Amino acid sequence: MLIQAHVISNYVVAALVVGVLLLGIGILRSRLWRRSLGTLVKRRPIALGIVFLYILIALLDSVSWVGGTHMGSRGSEGADLVSLQEPQSVIDRFFPRDFQEEGYAHPFSSTHFYTDKALRYPGRHILGTDINGRDVFHLSLSGARIALLVGGLTSLIVIPIALFFGICAGYFGGRVDDAVFYILSTLASIPNILLLIVLVQAMGKGTLQVCIALGITSWVGFCRLARGESLKLRELDFVRSARALGASETRIIFRHILPNLMHLVLITFVLLFSGLVLSEATLSFLGIGIDESWGQMVDLARLELARDPVVYWNFFGAFAALFGMILPVNMLGDTLRDILDPRTLSEDS
Amino acid sequence: MNPSPGDKGNLLEVRGLRTWFPIRAGILQRVTGQIRAVDGIELNVRRGETLALVGESGCGKSTLGYSLLRLIESQEGEVLFNGQDLCSVPPDELKDLRRKLQIVFQDPMAALNPRSRVRDSIAEGMECFGIGNNDAERTQRVAELMERVGLDPRQMDRYPHEFSGGQRQRICVVRALAVEPEFIVLDESVSALDVSIQAQMLNLLQGLQEEFGLTYLFITHDLGVVRYIADRVAVMYLGQIVEEGSADQIFESPRHPYTRILLSAVPSVNPDERTRPLRVQGEVPSPSNPPSGCRFHPRCPDAIERCSLEMPELETRPEGGVRCILAPE
Repeated sequence: MLIQAHVISNYVVAALVVGVLLLGIGILRSRLWRRSLGTLVKRRPIALGIVFLYILIALLDSVSWVGGTHMGSRGSEGADLVSLQEPQSVIDRFFPRDFQEEGYAHPFSSTHFYTDKALRYPGRHILGTDINGRDVFHLSLSGARIALLVGGLTSLIVIPIALFFGICAGYFGGRVDDAVFYILSTLASIPNILLLIVLVQAMGKGTLQVCIALGITSWVGFCRLARGESLKLRELDFVRSARALGASETRIIFRHILPNLMHLVLITFVLLFSGLVLSEATLSFLGIGIDESWGQMVDLARLELARDPVVYWNFFGAFAALFGMILPVNMLGDTLRDILDPRTLSEDS
Repeated sequence: MNPSPGDKGNLLEVRGLRTWFPIRAGILQRVTGQIRAVDGIELNVRRGETLALVGESGCGKSTLGYSLLRLIESQEGEVLFNGQDLCSVPPDELKDLRRKLQIVFQDPMAALNPRSRVRDSIAEGMECFGIGNNDAERTQRVAELMERVGLDPRQMDRYPHEFSGGQRQRICVVRALAVEPEFIVLDESVSALDVSIQAQMLNLLQGLQEEFGLTYLFITHDLGVVRYIADRVAVMYLGQIVEEGSADQIFESPRHPYTRILLSAVPSVNPDERTRPLRVQGEVPSPSNPPSGCRFHPRCPDAIERCSLEMPELETRPEGGVRCILAPE
């Protein structure tokens, strides 16, 4: 029997968690990083907590299996609405399997919005339901997985590429620098949104395709930053003395340049992340985004805002979820920038 | 004014060294000029001595120091180290030679990687040159050397910003010493320290010189320090050596007008002593467009017409020389 997609994705999630944990342990072995992280926890505990909550929701939504029970389920009903063979994630299981109405319902309402027909679960839809009768709160929670996937996967594509080209250009200079800058300038001179549309049209819709498209358009900024920093570091005395001590170019890059860029990597990752999630919303608005993302929820909801009486909850659910993620991430990014500034290294000890 | 060890052979001989930096301008980035930072240097450094290289800011002292270690590539000339030309050795042999030549920079904060523990910074050269068989051996040696220069080996896991300026400079010295060099360029290495620490540092450097048989090229603009530590002195002006001689000769009977002016600018320790510093006219000319003839003639109080026409050669005598047509014998 073929291994099903959801099983593979479970393994991927497990591998990802282990990888992140190992990376975290590696970073925390350095006393400098440990101290920076301590300061971050002290200064922004709430923002950190919210971000962790989102990560937790996304992780829980990524682990799924077939069968099992749902909270609030009443026997085997709803089998006609959702196939019993379809894998359900942990988040899905917080809701009844047939948590589905026939159309719009106002939050906490017990009847449908346009007809007075009674709801299957009266008063249980805390953010109402959308045009297909799906629970908006459930959809908002599920959107976290897509958002993290877009932000995380794209960053994983962007940062190594930008670092590689940036360091090469800045450290080696000359022809390499000219070549890299030529690519950068060309990319930067094409309007981003145009390039995104073309790329997605060319590669087709899908999560990976959207991530690659976003990656291609967003590595320019960080590459410039990494180039500038490498250029500066190359001229510093500790790099000179490493050269006098017989260190090879590879060694200098990995021991002296890269560690002094790591704070930029972290800051860029955090700030890039929120930008990417918002970019995905823009793409959804243009109809080339990822299915079931917050952007698509907003896109579906925007026409309803013109109705009278207005259907606002659909829009509100996506907006609140998006805002609730972007704001703390941006705050963390700003705080990280303060904490990790190398000029603050000498202040306390 | 150390008594120099018996062997008076030259450890390092610099012959016509020239390091120019191109000035590029315009869209095509064409070379429109050259900054002649180091312009035909002749210099001998004897084994076991301390040669002080003095001169005002921007005269090319540091560039010369970097060029000797090939941290900056020179265009012309030879640097003979134990008879082997550093400027023409292929890269794979350069690595072995580099072990013998080390440098200590002015600002110890910039000279240490802020994200490396001190032990890693010190052990780096040993790892690159394969000194010591394993990490434990290297750590042992790091500890010994730290102890030797008056640092607490228990602090080797700290980061550079957790040390004071003087301690950081000691770390830089240890880092250079760890690869067992014969020749160390001290590029303004005590200038960033305050005076009491400076004295300790100078004593430490002298002690290490005797213990490890080191040869120093001491680059500085502080003539007080030169008097204290140097065996011989070379005076540099606008990319050239204008006078070279023993420390006693330079301080007692300077022959080049520029040397005399430099020396007269040193404040006296006796506040009652009336000093009349010699005045220099004008500013240092740009090294991209040096004056004709003697480089110093536009500012020289003694200049005659001939000075602007012909460039005097540096006398090549074993005890030193001067680059001036008017120099007294």
